[in-house]
Amino acid sequence: MADLRSSFLGIKSPNPFWLASAPPTDKEYNVVRAFKAGWGGVVWKTLGEDPPIVNVSSRYGALHSADQRMIGFNNIELITDRPLDVNLREIKQVKRDWPDRAVVVSLMVPCTEQAWKAILPRVEETGADAVELNFGCPHGMSERGMGSAVGQVPEYVGMVAKWCKQHTRMPVIVKLTPNITDVRKPARAAKEGGADAVSLINTINSITSIDLDIMAPTPTVDGKGTHGGYCGPAVKPIAMHMVADIARDPETYGLPISAIGGIANWRDAAEFISLSAGTVQVCTAAMHYGFKIVDDMISGLKNWMDSKGYATIEDFRGKAVPNVTDWQYLNINYKSIARIDQDKCIKCGLCHIACEDTSHQAIAKMKDNGTRRYQVIDGECVGCNLCAHVCPVPECISMVSVDTGRSYLNWTQDPRNPMRKAAE
Amino acid sequence: MTQSAAPDIAAGRLRPDEIAANFEDIKPPLDGKRALIESSRCYFCHDAPCIEACPTSIDIPNFIRMINTGNTLGAAEKILEANILGGMCARVCPTEILCEDKCVRNTSEDKPVNIGMLQRYAVDHLMEQGRHPFTRAAPTNMRVAVVGGGPAGLSCAHRLATLGHNVTIFDARNKLGGLNEYGIATYKTVNNFAQAEVDFVLAIGGISMKTGQMLGRDITLDELRRDFDAVFLGLGLSGVNALGLDGEEQLSGVVDAVSYIADLRQATDKGSLKVGRKVVVIGGGNTAIDIAVQSRKLGAEDVTLVYRRAPENMSATWHEQEFAQINGVKIKHWARPVRLIGQNGAVREVEFERTLLDDRGRLVGTGETFSILCDQVFKAIGQRFVNDPVNGKARESIDLIDGKIAVNEEMKTSLANVWAGGDCVASGTDLTVQGVEDGKVAAHAIDRYLRGAN
Ligand SMILES: Cc1cc2nc3c(=O)[nH]c(=O)nc-3n(C[C@H](O)[C@H](O)[C@H](O)COP(=O)(O)OP(=O)(O)OC[C@H]3O[C@@H](n4cnc5c(N)ncnc54)[C@H](O)[C@@H]3O)c2cc1C
Ligand SMILES: Cc1cc2nc3c(=O)[nH]c(=O)nc-3n(C[C@H](O)[C@H](O)[C@H](O)COP(=O)(O)O)c2cc1C
Ligand code: SF4
Ligand code: SF4
Ligand code: SF4
Repeated sequence: MADLRSSFLGIKSPNPFWLASAPPTDKEYNVVRAFKAGWGGVVWKTLGEDPPIVNVSSRYGALHSADQRMIGFNNIELITDRPLDVNLREIKQVKRDWPDRAVVVSLMVPCTEQAWKAILPRVEETGADAVELNFGCPHGMSERGMGSAVGQVPEYVGMVAKWCKQHTRMPVIVKLTPNITDVRKPARAAKEGGADAVSLINTINSITSIDLDIMAPTPTVDGKGTHGGYCGPAVKPIAMHMVADIARDPETYGLPISAIGGIANWRDAAEFISLSAGTVQVCTAAMHYGFKIVDDMISGLKNWMDSKGYATIEDFRGKAVPNVTDWQYLNINYKSIARIDQDKCIKCGLCHIACEDTSHQAIAKMKDNGTRRYQVIDGECVGCNLCAHVCPVPECISMVSVDTGRSYLNWTQDPRNPMRKAAE
Repeated sequence: MTQSAAPDIAAGRLRPDEIAANFEDIKPPLDGKRALIESSRCYFCHDAPCIEACPTSIDIPNFIRMINTGNTLGAAEKILEANILGGMCARVCPTEILCEDKCVRNTSEDKPVNIGMLQRYAVDHLMEQGRHPFTRAAPTNMRVAVVGGGPAGLSCAHRLATLGHNVTIFDARNKLGGLNEYGIATYKTVNNFAQAEVDFVLAIGGISMKTGQMLGRDITLDELRRDFDAVFLGLGLSGVNALGLDGEEQLSGVVDAVSYIADLRQATDKGSLKVGRKVVVIGGGNTAIDIAVQSRKLGAEDVTLVYRRAPENMSATWHEQEFAQINGVKIKHWARPVRLIGQNGAVREVEFERTLLDDRGRLVGTGETFSILCDQVFKAIGQRFVNDPVNGKARESIDLIDGKIAVNEEMKTSLANVWAGGDCVASGTDLTVQGVEDGKVAAHAIDRYLRGAN
């Protein structure tokens, strides 16, 4: 049976599944329920200076799939709205009661050394395992010069990380904002500032919908709305790209990563770990379904690891990183084409119309005495994959590789590339 | 082995609240949330097989998608532009042999998208708003007579009016709707939906109606052909087949199912209908199933439906047979009635002979018989076209095939300016939705004829 135990910056947890800093980790009550349900750790909801912030009503927006499930989630909440004291007392209690779980404390205070210097010892006193610097929240706090207002300026990120390393012996994790063009820059700055790890992503600037009756964005607060932070399944691809970018950047290579963004099940978790994440953090999926989803995350990851022969998380951590490359190094001579499994095909015609109307006219629509039949025209198929994605039947269309008889050639080597450097 | 007591046929077998519950909507409508979930199951197939299986070719994926985006009115308009009686069809179509049978969702999961219920959701929504979604083309000043205000006639009249022609509907009955009003099982079309739909259809304008006017009695085809630019016949089937047994006409308690159902449909108090304690139904179609189930719902204790061939030969679908069985109807196959046994002028027993197919595939009796005691016998062995009103005294008579009106693919009869459709034509499948399609096809053919003749 696979061993899911994780050790991240020396912080031990029975599994790599942590709850991200957000409402699920806002107070002792929730965190204890999460630990009872089996979560390996929590990043406590972000603490700030007293007096506590004040929230508005309402606070959340959502994007739903056709079957009414939330695929994207947005919020305009700020950091914790409870007094610092209360939070610290509860953190201390929880860490004492649950010594085997990871308890990391998220922090956001004004961008001055004094502010950070003041709060760090108080957190250290709770016995918490680490601090996570919230440089991510894209709404509200950023207007006050905190959150993503700091996270978007690499020099500030480095500077604050450095202060924190100076004023505490706890490990320092820098939580990055995705609201930036090149996420490698703040990650490099964090590393240079001495941060022990980065976590990403925080939420993405977003407006989820406009209420057409009142002509205002949702969530609506007395007729007005504002941009909020986007998360949930819809942001996973963006988070994966950012994690991969940091994982393969020579300057940050090996920097521990706690991955966040759209993780809802063991498969999402395994994907992020394959991109080198040491732990994964979850917010939206827990807010959607409750803490019980960790059951499937634990058993699913174990079963999958067993099926692959991975005994520990380390056995497959980062294994996909070497296969993430730049476009220019992809093999231009490789060819694959679509194959339809006629026994699985239910004749919905979606592959045909997608290819016919919008792509390469490579799926023929036929009728053999009244029965519909869809057939790939091998010579026309460029292997784009569109049909396989629109097909509603799992594994009905597969992409098979075709032997072209030609060996590996990438764009930098290709004679068709006008910018090609002459062969040495 | 004859029963001694007098036949037990009575009204009010059940309490009024039981009757009311029994005749409620058998398929309660979808609410908004269910409609959203169900509509999300549709894949929006290209060249969708379900469309091909709908006799009126409703653009099913398109209307379902519109429901899913919250454009329910658009969905209803999409349905109604192909099938103006989309509300009734959604209630009465045997979708299990039409659209839903061809849904690709059957292939992988044996559970088609519930097209009928979604169709009802959309059309009901539009009708509840009390608006008519279509407008008439510029007036042509052409006049068309439509005889018969059933599904075929209503559909034809509506499409003709939309195209700018003036239409007069003649019907022998007092209300329009045909079998929608007088035939369809009560629990399929509750709350007087048939009349609401007639009003909805007529709201297009340009259609006048003459009820209580019977072709062959009050008007003749010759007159209509002379006084109107074109004529459409949607006469349905007004004759019923006879068992051909002694006593059929004389014995009390031997009842024609179709007229009994008409009375039931018209009765405000369903409990006022008299029904036997033990009932035998003879037949294998919709009518047989409907009378069997409705007798049960009126309080008959024992209902046996006897059909002379195999289950798969019944024109009632497997779904309807199952529905009858769920409602406590016993179905016996492979037997035909050979004798009605009466006492004191009332039927008390029916004798059946078992049947089989001989080696040439013909239905034959085995000689073995059995009998079923009963208080009431419903005949439901099919209806036929009554030719007399059309051809009786006409100068020029219309061609028939298999006893029904012969038409070409444009629903044109052998007479110069006469079209026909619905149950009364030879191609008929005896479904409401087919009547609607026939009427629509005929309307377009008539329109082309009238514009060409201009
Ligand atoms: C009991 C029963 C249950 C049924 N259940 C279903 C079902 O669940 N689903 C389904 O799809 N189909 C069902 N059907 C079949 C369906 O009702 C018919 O196919 C459909 O009504 C045919 O439409 P139509 O317009 O051709 O004829 P009809 O509906 O029969 O209409 C004919 C009209 O013509 C009028 N008429 C007749 N003769 C004259 C005349 N000489 N002069 C003037 N007017 C005349 C009649 O009064 C009537 O209004 C059922 C039929 C029966 C009998
Ligand atoms: C309602 C809400 C409040 C959040 N508050 C915080 C916060 O206080 N501090 C923080 O670092 N991240 C906060 N986040 C961001 C999450 O920790 C997480 O980074 C993000 O939601 C992406 O993960 P997910 O896709 O699993 O939700 C919040 C998210 C939500 C939905
Ligand atoms: S999309 Fe898939 S199921 Fe649909 S026709 Fe194409 S191969 Fe068949
Ligand atoms: S009219 Fe009848 S057959 Fe056609 S789509 Fe609607 S329910 Fe199905
Ligand atoms: S066949 Fe089924 S899934 Fe496809 S369009 Fe029709 S209803 Fe939708």
